[in-house]
Amino acid sequence: MLVREQLTMSDYRDKDPLIHGIQSKIRVVPNFPKPGIMFQDITTLLLDPKAFKDTIDLFVERYKGKNISVVAGIEARGFIFGPPIALEIGAKFVPLRKPKKLPGKVISEEYVLEYGKDCLEMHVGAVEPGERALVVDDLIATGGTLCAAMQLLERVGAEVVECACVIELPDLKVEDMEYVSHLGLE
Amino acid sequence: MFAAENGLKGDPRLQAISDAIRVVPHFPKQGIMFQDITTLLLDHKAFKHTIDIFVDRYRDMDISVIAGVEARGFMFGPSIALAIGAKFVPLRKPKKLPGEVISEAYELEYGTDCLEMHVGAVPPGERVIVIDDLVATGGTLSAAIRLLERVGAQVVECACVIGLPEVKGQRRLNGKPLYILVEPREIDGCC
Repeated sequence: MLVREQLTMSDYRDKDPLIHGIQSKIRVVPNFPKPGIMFQDITTLLLDPKAFKDTIDLFVERYKGKNISVVAGIEARGFIFGPPIALEIGAKFVPLRKPKKLPGKVISEEYVLEYGKDCLEMHVGAVEPGERALVVDDLIATGGTLCAAMQLLERVGAEVVECACVIELPDLKVEDMEYVSHLGLE
Repeated sequence: MFAAENGLKGDPRLQAISDAIRVVPHFPKQGIMFQDITTLLLDHKAFKHTIDIFVDRYRDMDISVIAGVEARGFMFGPSIALAIGAKFVPLRKPKKLPGEVISEAYELEYGTDCLEMHVGAVPPGERVIVIDDLVATGGTLSAAIRLLERVGAQVVECACVIGLPEVKGQRRLNGKPLYILVEPREIDGCC
């Protein structure tokens, strides 16, 4: 059985004002990309320099000094949060991309969508065995993409320390999650 | 305009950045020597130098928006925005941004593509830097400039890590200054 640890707002009680500030900047767009989905839009967070900085700072505070040498970001919104974290904690940034975007040799991991399948790719040689890695994305829903990301990293012998997301959706399915940390914004 | 001609001549950071970029021959198709910046992102020092050079240049220019072109512009833009206290605005491929957007079409070698920006992200009069990893023909950057100008923003400069030969010698793109860190790397020997 895979263990899932979830940090929620109660673990960040002294950071409540910051978390509330971040949460208030996220915009909900109804019925995108299709009817019934309430899309959590982080672009409005990026328009508020203080709130965006607070978001990054919260992650950096958590991961600095933990000997993490890799921050892997999931295309495309993971590319927005991952590199600033990587730069601050002294880690490499590794983009995990949709098929055929990365040039040169890659490894691929397939994952299941609501209808059909998709695929995540990582460069061969980007991450070495034994490296401690963080996976970053803006949002976790079912966890399918994050699981594919973890698989890619573990296949090359890296240790996934944690998955970090700004937002978690309430209907997260627990079965396939390993170790997830989020800021508890729902 | 290359950084080396504009105050950073002989700056060892530029060599470190150039050395960290990998060339992948025949990607995405035969004949193209692809300039791969992912190896730059694996080199923490060189990646930091890249961001620092842009930050040093833009921090006192009263810039309120960094607009990054999907997807590799997303890897550089936000760090610059955070350091100078600017907003970050993603310019995306069609149908990725939720809510109201404006679109700008541009030409590819074969066919057309489209760049989108959120309505309301950039108020009129704001001073903007557009960022992408590489400039080749300038088609994508030109579309980005048009998007921003359509909402009344002022594009102060376009910033790229790499500039291909097509733009060498050009200080401007569509009337906007172009600031580039390095030229493309070449592969030694035959491939």
